Amino acid sequence: MVLIKLFLAFLKIGAFTFGGGYAMIAMIQAEAERQGWLTQEELVDFVALSESTPGPLAVNMATFVGMRTCGVLGAIIATLGIVLPSFIIILIIAKCFEKYEKSKAVGGIMSGLKPAVVGMIGAAFISVTRTVFFPSGISISVFSSAGFWIFLGLFAVTTVLAFKKVHPIKIIILSAVIGIGAGYGLGL
Amino acid sequence: MNKNLELFLTFMKIGAFTFGGGYAMIPLIQKEVCENKKWLNEKEISDIVAISESTPGPIAINAATFVGYKTSGFLGACMATLGVVLPSFLIISLISMILTHFQSIRPVRYAFMGIRAAVLALILKALWMMFHQVKKKKQPFSYAIMGLSLVLTAFLKIDAVFVIIGCGLFGLIWSLLNRKEQSNGTD
Repeated sequence: MVLIKLFLAFLKIGAFTFGGGYAMIAMIQAEAERQGWLTQEELVDFVALSESTPGPLAVNMATFVGMRTCGVLGAIIATLGIVLPSFIIILIIAKCFEKYEKSKAVGGIMSGLKPAVVGMIGAAFISVTRTVFFPSGISISVFSSAGFWIFLGLFAVTTVLAFKKVHPIKIIILSAVIGIGAGYGLGL
Repeated sequence: MNKNLELFLTFMKIGAFTFGGGYAMIPLIQKEVCENKKWLNEKEISDIVAISESTPGPIAINAATFVGYKTSGFLGACMATLGVVLPSFLIISLISMILTHFQSIRPVRYAFMGIRAAVLALILKALWMMFHQVKKKKQPFSYAIMGLSLVLTAFLKIDAVFVIIGCGLFGLIWSLLNRKEQSNGTD
């Protein structure tokens, strides 16, 4: 039963994700929350690991969530779910390629979808911010903890690096090292 | 060598060596498929990329399926898709098995604490890139949809699927109405 739910959830995500892996985060988050598959922290960790391992983000995340929920069989089912809609849709389009390319309707739909994807990645950003900086809710005491300011500084530095086109893997390694230093330094 | 097997191996190589998702894969696909194997020409590949971006699902999988189908029909599509997925699947399965044990180790837990702040930066960068793509058109319509979908998903917790369907429909209707206005204007 969990396997069927897992398959259907990723089938849905695969069929409605436009614009790549990051656009998926908001959707995976909603599904995982509804089904109780993983915590916010786990989700953020999966995004990091998917970024630092080869292959499409979407496949990496599906395999991860599937594996965590139901082991190897879950990983296979979730990956199959995320791949299947793409596969079928592309086969159909490849057959009637010219018509699709010139279709005004497709252009119109895309003009609505592209900004929607931007909004949804924005939503993912907001929810990840909450998880990272306010894991136990927003309160005054958060701002007096050293950890909060260290991670805010780390976020500022990594943002600059990301916009300077430093490779994500290097950024992730650097922040892992700083995390270890801060963790021991603060005696968390 | 059998063409289907060749497709499988080529896309397995692409899947195993691309970091950072579908966009990073495009130049690699171009090089392998056009220059090395000469399966398709430059024009065909750029069409395939455009369609992969405008259809649902991971860009890498869309592109693999499309190239496989164009090169060698249905079986080719299966082989290329399998090839691009397999490395990810194996690597992640392995990491995920090990990670469960690793995460109880203190330094690993600390490392992930740090990494979480970096993920935020990476999402912010993706957001900025996508925003720039849309901004080129500079329509109030685009900004309205951006804001609306943000509020609906982040604060009102509306299922993202409905937001996607709604915005797609809205775009379709808007473009149809606008076309009508334009043709009225020329009368």
